[in-house]
Amino acid sequence: MGAQLRVYKRRIRSVTATKKITKAMEMIAASRVVKAQRKVAASTPYATELTRAVTAVGTGSNTRHPLTTEAETPTRAAVLLLTSDRGLAGAFNSNAIKAAEQLTARLEAEGKEVDTYIVGRRGLAHYNFRERKVVESWSGFTDEPTYADAKKVAGPLIEAIEKETAEGGVDELHIVYTEFVSMMTQSAVDGRLLPLRLEEVAEEVAPKGEILPLFDFEPSAEDVLDALLPRYVESRIYNAMLQSAASKHAATRRAMKSATDNAGDLINTLSRLANAARQAEITQEISEIVGGSAALADASAGSDR
Amino acid sequence: MAAELHVELVAADRSVWSGEATLVVARTTSGDIGVMPGHQPLLGVLESGPVTIRTSDGGTVVAAVHGGFISFADDKLSLLAEIAELSDEIDVQRAERALERAKSDADASAERRADVRLRAVSAH
Repeated sequence: MGAQLRVYKRRIRSVTATKKITKAMEMIAASRVVKAQRKVAASTPYATELTRAVTAVGTGSNTRHPLTTEAETPTRAAVLLLTSDRGLAGAFNSNAIKAAEQLTARLEAEGKEVDTYIVGRRGLAHYNFRERKVVESWSGFTDEPTYADAKKVAGPLIEAIEKETAEGGVDELHIVYTEFVSMMTQSAVDGRLLPLRLEEVAEEVAPKGEILPLFDFEPSAEDVLDALLPRYVESRIYNAMLQSAASKHAATRRAMKSATDNAGDLINTLSRLANAARQAEITQEISEIVGGSAALADASAGSDR
Repeated sequence: MAAELHVELVAADRSVWSGEATLVVARTTSGDIGVMPGHQPLLGVLESGPVTIRTSDGGTVVAAVHGGFISFADDKLSLLAEIAELSDEIDVQRAERALERAKSDADASAERRADVRLRAVSAH
């Protein structure tokens, strides 16, 4: 076999191996998207019921709470950024980080100091590399977040917002995550989680002007709200984490699909080149044989004379 | 037909049980409360403990809930809990082991969780 042909053959083998790997990763991601979507759906009843309950307290009483009270001059805001632990997901992480940076710039333009909290190794690595300050970060569960993980993340954030701003607390909490719109579309979104606008929550539950009944609160409206709001925040963070996980798997699936397709194209091109090289080799061999025998014939014809 | 109320028992990550019932007994922070159809709209904070649901076909469902809320309006009752388990889902031996371990480690919250599970099983 000629040297050229051998090189092509070797490259085809290596690309085929890579294609097998990316194909497997694509399938795994596809099955994980479905699983993650199912988890989002499973967490929906709790979230809806909780939202209803929050609305009931919000509209049924005039209770004030630190988590619903807007500071007159907010000076510090917390931004929670949800990224993934692993890459190979196309622009998934960079989109989320970009959205967080835009939000940070906007908040800073409004004259607020920004504290950054990060979930996922990718986001943390991005911030560490640029030597930006991160208040707290979590990782290790972004592929399959559980409610306990959401609680772990929400704890310090709620603590920070309940603290006085002068003592290092924050006035606002924003969250940046990747919304799972569909299998093909995922978009990085940011939203303000706290202080909670009760009117907005109410609209979410009863958009058609449904009137909620007057509730009897047990033990009291304040106590119920006290217990309810942190759970509400946790459930929102949990939902965002689940959506982010589903989006990550969908992005991985898409990235791996295009990698597999590209590998297929590459194999086609390389096979054509290898075939051409083989043909060239054969042609050369034939012309060598023909040339050689012609020379022999010439030589023997000369000696006869 | 006797009046019924629709019960949804949901945990943070799944829907645990739903169906029709005639009576639901749960423990709120200010004491046990029984809800029957036609009760006044109610929103309460639950203690960790067993919740008893008398279903309309005469059966009883007991679940262990770990904190959460009870909300009732229009004959629809929702029990929200971060963690909720039906009594027949609970592994008694495991809960007993967890209780022993929690006692020796002096882990109050783990001890409470295991205790709630065992009480839910024995209440069944």
